[in-house]
Amino acid sequence: MKEKLFYEKGLPYLTLNDFPGKLIVIEGPDCSGRSTHISMLKNWLEAKGHAVLDTGLKRSTLVGNVISEAKKGNILGKTTLSLLYCTDFADQLENKIIPALSAGYIVLADRYIFTLMARDIVRGASKEWLKKLFGFALIPDMIFYLNLDPEILLHRSFAKYGRLDYWESGMDTHLSGDMFESFKKYHSLLKLEYEEMAKEYDFVNINGKDNVDKVQAQIRKRISEYLGV
Amino acid sequence: MMKKVRGLGMGKSYPGKLFVVEGCDGSGKSTQVYLLKKWLESKGYIVFFTEWNSSELIKESTKKAKKKNLLTPTTFSLMHVSDFADRYEKLILPHLRAGYIVLCDRYIYTAFARDMARGVDADWVRNVYDFAVKPTGAFYFQAPLEISVQRILAGRPQLKYHEAGMDMGWSTDPVESFKIFQGIIKQNYDNMIEEEGFMVIDATQPIEKQQAIVRELIEEKLQGYKSPYKRKS
Repeated sequence: MKEKLFYEKGLPYLTLNDFPGKLIVIEGPDCSGRSTHISMLKNWLEAKGHAVLDTGLKRSTLVGNVISEAKKGNILGKTTLSLLYCTDFADQLENKIIPALSAGYIVLADRYIFTLMARDIVRGASKEWLKKLFGFALIPDMIFYLNLDPEILLHRSFAKYGRLDYWESGMDTHLSGDMFESFKKYHSLLKLEYEEMAKEYDFVNINGKDNVDKVQAQIRKRISEYLGV
Repeated sequence: MMKKVRGLGMGKSYPGKLFVVEGCDGSGKSTQVYLLKKWLESKGYIVFFTEWNSSELIKESTKKAKKKNLLTPTTFSLMHVSDFADRYEKLILPHLRAGYIVLCDRYIYTAFARDMARGVDADWVRNVYDFAVKPTGAFYFQAPLEISVQRILAGRPQLKYHEAGMDMGWSTDPVESFKIFQGIIKQNYDNMIEEEGFMVIDATQPIEKQQAIVRELIEEKLQGYKSPYKRKS
């Protein structure tokens, strides 16, 4: 039995004591290789006989449309957008993650509250407000952070999309009118926030620059140790 | 570097004036706020009115989610605060900054009363709405439970699922469930009176009498206030 299931008061209306599953989170910016590693981990864990659910900030049915619509026209205020992402996360947590953990699954989360908080802090939201807002989140068993320099992310972004994306370059933050400059500034700020959270939330810091197999091997080693297998 | 912390509006003040009406379903507050708007406009003020759950962007999603019964107390709360935040950022705050009078049919206290009734943590929901400015005046239309419930039941062939709090599983009978739900909400409102400085209006009085009291209180709160320009009649 864990000492504490939630960061703050959690979901008081749920009678949730302990559950057999494990929650493993992979955090990191766009192009840091999260989804590649999640799918490799899933194969590996399933081969070992674990039931695995992979989930992410993929937009639930609840507000996914609103977020997409709003992003197209940039018509939402920042607080509204934070809250919509939070709604989306809550929906996934309550309707997917918690049921799977209760059923004994290993849940691999492609991003969790930390990316949402980092993105909001860079956009001027109060940390205290965000911490309380996301206080209903379950404390994961492990949080891996794929740490990469903005310079490398920039090249990976070109390699992956052939261009820089408006939102992933943080153009809405008006750090710079030039997308190239904005990308670097935005990701430098995000990196600072991730690194600050790494201490507070006990992230396992992984050098994302290394090749895929090496990174995957490190993650597996830590998971094996944790699961005691 | 843009590191100005946004949000957290409770300590801020703006040249505009914000009045909100709160109370249980069937308390008559919508009628009162309508009459109030008429009166203020007749006096030449520029008045902006907004009601709960009416964001152009979000209300459809909320409606759909309710219909499919997809919501938990937390996502129910977050959908409503998203709707509120959208109206707040786009409509309420800009009007206040421009110096107008804003009237809200339900404000953050509705969320506090309802979400707490659904079992959401009280401190959590208060923090969620922390970006909202404290109103110039908040009217609470207080009526005994039997009266407000009777008013709703008389005017409606069927209660809606969430309106009746059926999602809480208190009772399989919608009327019974509605009564339990409204009872808790009323208790939550009553508990907020002092802390939030509600102006309590006895909602069992005749409409005209209530309106006269409201207008008198508003007049006091508007002393020294000047509209940015006069409304042409």
